Amino acid sequence: MQAFLKSDIVDQGEVVTVLDQCIKGADLPNLLFYGPPGTGKTSIILAASHQLFGDMYKERILELNASDERGIQVIRDKIKSFAQLRAGGTRPDGKPCPPFKIVILDEADSMTQAAQAALRRTMEKETKTTRFCLICNYVSRIIEPLTSRCTKFRFRPLNADLIAFISDEEKLLVDDDILKELVKTSGGDMRRAITCLHSCSRLRGKDTPITKKDITEIAGVIPEKFLCEFLEICKENDYKKLKSFINKFTLEAYSGLQMLEQLNDYIIESDEFNNKQKAIIGEKLGAVTFRLQDGASESLQLLDLGCVVMTSYAA
Amino acid sequence: MSLWVDKYRPKDLQKLDFHKEQAANLKRLIQQGDFPHLLMFGPSGAGKKTRIMCLLKELYGPGVERLRMEQMNFTTPSNKKLEIMTISSNYHIEVNPSDVGIYDRVVIMDLIKNVAQSQQLDSKGQKDFKIVVLTDVDQMTIDAQHALRRTMEKYIANCRLILCCNSTSRVIPAIKSRCLNIKVPAPSTDEIVSILQNTCKKEGLTVPVELAKRIAEKSNRNLRRSLLMLEACKVQQYPFTANQNITEPDWSLFIRNMAKLIIQEQSLERISKIREDLYELIVHDIPGDIIFEVLVDELTQNCDFELKLQIVEQAAIYEHRMRQGNKEIFHLEAFVVKFMCLYKKYLEDALGNSM
Ligand SMILES: Nc1ncnc2c1ncn2[C@@H]1O[C@H](COP(=O)(O)OP(=O)(O)OP(=O)(O)O)[C@@H](O)[C@H]1O
Ligand SMILES: Nc1ncnc2c1ncn2[C@@H]1O[C@H](COP(=O)(O)OP(=O)(O)OP(=O)(O)O)[C@@H](O)[C@H]1O
Ligand SMILES: [Mg+2]
Ligand SMILES: [Mg+2]
Repeated sequence: MQAFLKSDIVDQGEVVTVLDQCIKGADLPNLLFYGPPGTGKTSIILAASHQLFGDMYKERILELNASDERGIQVIRDKIKSFAQLRAGGTRPDGKPCPPFKIVILDEADSMTQAAQAALRRTMEKETKTTRFCLICNYVSRIIEPLTSRCTKFRFRPLNADLIAFISDEEKLLVDDDILKELVKTSGGDMRRAITCLHSCSRLRGKDTPITKKDITEIAGVIPEKFLCEFLEICKENDYKKLKSFINKFTLEAYSGLQMLEQLNDYIIESDEFNNKQKAIIGEKLGAVTFRLQDGASESLQLLDLGCVVMTSYAA
Repeated sequence: MSLWVDKYRPKDLQKLDFHKEQAANLKRLIQQGDFPHLLMFGPSGAGKKTRIMCLLKELYGPGVERLRMEQMNFTTPSNKKLEIMTISSNYHIEVNPSDVGIYDRVVIMDLIKNVAQSQQLDSKGQKDFKIVVLTDVDQMTIDAQHALRRTMEKYIANCRLILCCNSTSRVIPAIKSRCLNIKVPAPSTDEIVSILQNTCKKEGLTVPVELAKRIAEKSNRNLRRSLLMLEACKVQQYPFTANQNITEPDWSLFIRNMAKLIIQEQSLERISKIREDLYELIVHDIPGDIIFEVLVDELTQNCDFELKLQIVEQAAIYEHRMRQGNKEIFHLEAFVVKFMCLYKKYLEDALGNSM
């Protein structure tokens, strides 16, 4: 088991230790895993569950995710009746196994507050026979009474070694600095990084070396020249040009959200703006980002931002 | 007799007229046997759907072209009956989940589970997975997107997804992370020109380069719209001339005209007139964001930078609100009224200064 966890799930040290202890017979607290997508939250609990219960997986594990119905009623009925089942300390083949069941609530941040509140009672009442594992991206969307009943584990974004390890294993033709770029573009999302590498090698064919351009292209990174052009136009204070730039930008199918992220990084570092200007632009960036994630029109929001950058330049 | 847009839609990856390198890459991807979930995004009329159909054909052969339309029925947990149109072949099924509005989650969950659990009809088929094509993914509720996450992982053995949308900004990161993202930019003006010329050649017509170019620009590099405009031009006047009139879509003229009315007069009567016009647009299914964009475009024509800034700022706020609510008319009208206030004040100030 240890070998399994160690080789397949890299990093995320503390969690692995706790689960390892449990496999060796220690008790398990209620768990709360949180962290960005693709950092191994789901994989790790599923792997551990299989190790713990083997053939009894189906009897001992209840997995509910955002695709299952998880209203208050389901929490009250389904989870309750599952939790009330008895759980012995041996497997059918006589080997020992933990005397409890695990309820995995994946993607728990999409559960309603009411459903979470209903879960609270159940969690308290069934501590004898059941452990809960809550998984989410944003811990702030889980109500406090639940988080305080769990041991929290933050899943860190990936590091470069892991990616290097994978590209070695797969015998991919790729340089170190390109791997660095990959780590940067995938923003800590291991799944995204792996998909990106995998896709490059599949799209290009395995014998073609992977270039920086492939990586940025697949990751959807916006070439710096676009950022510079945007700022340049704002500096010229030319509304008409700004509009046609934004039109061109959307036709190239770049993501507005990505643009905002990159602009944010760029402007913070830039010494072209003083702090006050940065603050004004930053505020608008925040508002516009929020609206874009809500589905607002990309071109209008970028235009709004552009106008504010223009005024900051003019000031 | 079908429209040129349908008649000359390329059916094979190698016949795609632009982004050829990408098409070749996709072909290589399929030849290697394993096939990830895809997220295809790009502006309207850039050829996403066409590309997806070519891809399916490459995967499964000509069988995917035998399409049938079916109505599927779902029931929500609260026992509400839902109906949704699907287009499918033996190998794939296409739906637009946002057709059922806020109930899209139910459709996603049931549909994918059904597809994943049903066996491939053609047992000697080359592939052991089916494909679910979901369109307008950016219009799906966040709830439905969350529902997709584990589903995508759980059923990956016998079901792959191809997600299609215009903007990825509203697609949650967890979904983007699960797909190979494929960007489909609009074809360039030159590419459109050559497609228009080819289309004409196939119809036994000739088109002057200048006209083709004007059409490409007028359509804002939207290939579908270009082809439709070209066909409309043909109906209007053939042989073509370089500077013949290109008819704009009705709605675009209509909105521009509305903007003129708004600038002409700011009064209660005018507002009720505009309300009628807005209803007219909504009844004809013109999306709210398009109305906003064209309005802003027109309203900012003749004013100073200060006012432009305010108009854009307000439009950005009201358009966002429109997304959150579900009565477009309220927010469109609120914006119009806001504009009238700003504009009136602007005129008064200008008058005051000149006196
Ligand atoms: N720490 C890790 N070590 C090795 N592989 C990893 C790690 N983290 C993620 N991966 C890879 O990423 C994939 C997705 O991981 P997983 O499904 O566990 O992510 P997650 O944290 O549950 O993400 P989400 O929040 O999107 O559900 C795994 O199949 C694996 O290939
Ligand atoms: N590679 C191509 N070569 C020639 N014509 C094409 C090509 N791709 C698309 N077309 C034409 O462009 C039209 C629009 O393409 P398609 O329906 O695929 O766009 P789309 O990106 O799905 O648009 P929307 O987002 O509005 O649904 C098609 O009807 C087809 O005639
Ligand atoms: Mg997960
Ligand atoms: Mg389409």
